[in-house]
Amino acid sequence: MARIEFLGPIGKEPEDIDIKNLKELKELFAGDKKLEDWLDICAVAINDTLVNEIDVKIQPNDKISLLPPVCGG
Amino acid sequence: MLELHNGSLDVVEITSRWYKAVKDKNFGALIPFIGIVRDEKGIDGLSFDVYEPILKNWFNAWQEKAKKEGAMLYMAHSKGDVLNHTSSYISAVVSPQRKVGLRLINDFVEDFKANAPIWKYDLIDGKRVYARERSQALSGAGLLSKDN
Repeated sequence: MARIEFLGPIGKEPEDIDIKNLKELKELFAGDKKLEDWLDICAVAINDTLVNEIDVKIQPNDKISLLPPVCGG
Repeated sequence: MLELHNGSLDVVEITSRWYKAVKDKNFGALIPFIGIVRDEKGIDGLSFDVYEPILKNWFNAWQEKAKKEGAMLYMAHSKGDVLNHTSSYISAVVSPQRKVGLRLINDFVEDFKANAPIWKYDLIDGKRVYARERSQALSGAGLLSKDN
């Protein structure tokens, strides 16, 4: 199972999920009204590296992170 | 060097420690940037969440970039609540030459604002309110959006 973390202001507990790629994650979240607005603005990291492709494969034990817009300082 | 602190930063302690660490190493310039929380829009202060693994990777990449120019970077940031008129962010470039240092501190702070995985909240009446309108989306944002 991969683990997904919802960082910063999303305020949602991590979940373990059984998916093979990010496309499946997108389908899994489709219709989740609470997450919908966040998904529009969040970047995605796999094992702490940002990704830009939806077809990226997910291995068991991968860590997926959703990162909302940032503002340090 | 990257350091994270709970609450406001002790500016004098941090900057003097950095100064002492480099003053005998023959660098010609130590250029600090100190961010101070402003009292505006009725806030009592700011609050921060930090995602350390990606922040460390981001900082290390910048340190390598600075090294190639014979320079070195320091950065300190707060986690949690930081009240008005105290500091949440200090960065500094140490470099042999002033011009390289001034360019690096500008580029580093700009990139920090755009890419460091830190989330800011306004502190209003004891509550944390995400500063969404002042935040910037990271590269690849919206990848899981239904509209994508």
